[in-house]
Amino acid sequence: MPTKDTPAHDSTDGRTATIDARTGLDKLATYPYQIATWVDDAGYPVSVAVEAQMDPAGLTATFDAPAGMDVPTVPTDRAISLTGSHIRPQPGYGYDERRHVTVWGPATRSVDSLTLSARTAWGWDEAEVPFFEYSERSVGQSRRYFDALSAERGTPVKPKLSFGFLTLRTTRLPFLTATIIPVVLGILIAASHGHFDLAAAVLTIVGASFVQLGLNVANDVFDTVQGADDANVTPTQFSGGSRVIQYGLVSLRQMATLATVFYVLAGIIGLVLLATHGSTALLVIGVVGFIVSLGYTAPPLKFVYRGLGEIAVAIGFGPLMLLGAYVVQTGGALAWEPFVASIPIALLVALILYVNEIPDRRGDARVGKRTLPVRFSERTVITGYNVAAAAAFVALVAGVVAGLLPVPALAMLLTMPMARRVSRGLAPNYDNPYDLMAIMGVNVQLHMRAGLLLLAAYVVVLIVGALAPGASLFLVR
Amino acid sequence: MATVPDPVSALLDKALVAELTVIDGHGRPVTYPLIPLWDGEKVYLTSSTLFSRKLEHIKGNPKVSVSITDPVATDGSLDRATIQGDARVIEEDPHGGWERLLPIWEAKEPSIVYFLKARVALPLFFERALIEVTPHRVLYWADGDAHHAPVVTAAGEEAA
Repeated sequence: MPTKDTPAHDSTDGRTATIDARTGLDKLATYPYQIATWVDDAGYPVSVAVEAQMDPAGLTATFDAPAGMDVPTVPTDRAISLTGSHIRPQPGYGYDERRHVTVWGPATRSVDSLTLSARTAWGWDEAEVPFFEYSERSVGQSRRYFDALSAERGTPVKPKLSFGFLTLRTTRLPFLTATIIPVVLGILIAASHGHFDLAAAVLTIVGASFVQLGLNVANDVFDTVQGADDANVTPTQFSGGSRVIQYGLVSLRQMATLATVFYVLAGIIGLVLLATHGSTALLVIGVVGFIVSLGYTAPPLKFVYRGLGEIAVAIGFGPLMLLGAYVVQTGGALAWEPFVASIPIALLVALILYVNEIPDRRGDARVGKRTLPVRFSERTVITGYNVAAAAAFVALVAGVVAGLLPVPALAMLLTMPMARRVSRGLAPNYDNPYDLMAIMGVNVQLHMRAGLLLLAAYVVVLIVGALAPGASLFLVR
Repeated sequence: MATVPDPVSALLDKALVAELTVIDGHGRPVTYPLIPLWDGEKVYLTSSTLFSRKLEHIKGNPKVSVSITDPVATDGSLDRATIQGDARVIEEDPHGGWERLLPIWEAKEPSIVYFLKARVALPLFFERALIEVTPHRVLYWADGDAHHAPVVTAAGEEAA
């Protein structure tokens, strides 16, 4: 959601928006009028609109004394405040351009005017701190609220989400395309080689999905334990984890249990496949896959903390998934074709992580999560993207030219403009996580569409193979 | 019986934003811009648990004021008002209790319904408490000019 689309106007919290008095007066001077507020003798706040003259250097603000009102002045110790508030109505929609600032201090009276001596100030301007970041910085206040409410009632009170939304958020279900594409591709390649077992194919897809779900959830557990998710105040739809632990929607223990359940289910399916379609290759792939998956964030390996996350993801969601699905179908026989087909997929899936790490880099750096965008400059990171994306397409073409991939696989080249769009969108949005979201979205789509085009290529191979058994869609064979 | 004078009631109906002032633990006024929701008797405001400091302040001292000062947020009205009142925090069900005021909120911010449907994106924003303000005393400036003394009305009485 773009910043201007955010609802409501209550995003204010003293702990996150304290500013110095001079800055407060500077900001206050930009408002056409100010709201003078004090507590009256009956103990109620009272406010009146005034037009104050600011003197930020002298830390004062002077305004005409409101008629008929008794404003407390020195020697009373009652502070008064001046507030500026701005909003731009958007008829039929809501509003945007929210900002406000308040300055406090004692007031003195001089004939018909009052002078406030500024002591403290606070405020928020969504042009400076986007609403989503401000909300994220205020999560601690929400936790304190629910803790206090729980203590008051003597029973736990927690924030809620519907089961569907919670499942979606906790498991990051939409990212399953990263698993489904390579696994189905492996199955289709095996089918084009004359091996297909529907039950095994379904079990492979389900088992591999459990591995990814286990990884997704375990990633949140270990990032929370190691402080990375708490340090991140600019999470987006694509980065920064699911946040369900931070938001108090699911406990750390529940998440750890859920990750274990997913891994156990994946393990059971893996054992069934080993028992029914077992081979040394499948055993090796399964064991390596488990280590890569858990070691992605879990100590002692924690690949992503060492700048090895992209390699882990490339291996896990490229060759391991694809070859794993292939050998289940073939009973252990390996071939170069599924390996070559996995290279562009591996590169593009690694680039999803790579780009998604960009908005997280400040928080990651604070907790020693040394991802590539933490380690390298913006220019190097963008160059890295260009090289890896180009390599994905070069690998594809090389595979086709070498006769290892079918000619229809070249359809994947249709996604090159998407890679170019991502490349061009990185620099202008590098420092704005929320503007970068659209680019991250295109990058996710790039992997998915490239993968779907490769899948489509093998569907064509299977159809042609069925209709014209002698025909070949490979350049060299 | 109307609890505030008619012109103030009209302002509350129109205002896209008001300033809620609460009193913190040090006796200091703290002002928060919020959408005022007016049901003809009481002023309601809602607060996300993310920004719930104001709720702590109200629980410590229920005396508050709600001001309407911004002509831009009141469709060009120049008049201004401050309503002093006693606030109560309603938080039996932070997840959905506040939704009973959604129709009044939607009238001022139509997009809120769309955002509520997508609450998965920002779940804590939609965990909210209601602030119910019972008017006690109303100050009204017909032309918004503080060089003139306000018309002061005790809630439920005719303007003095």
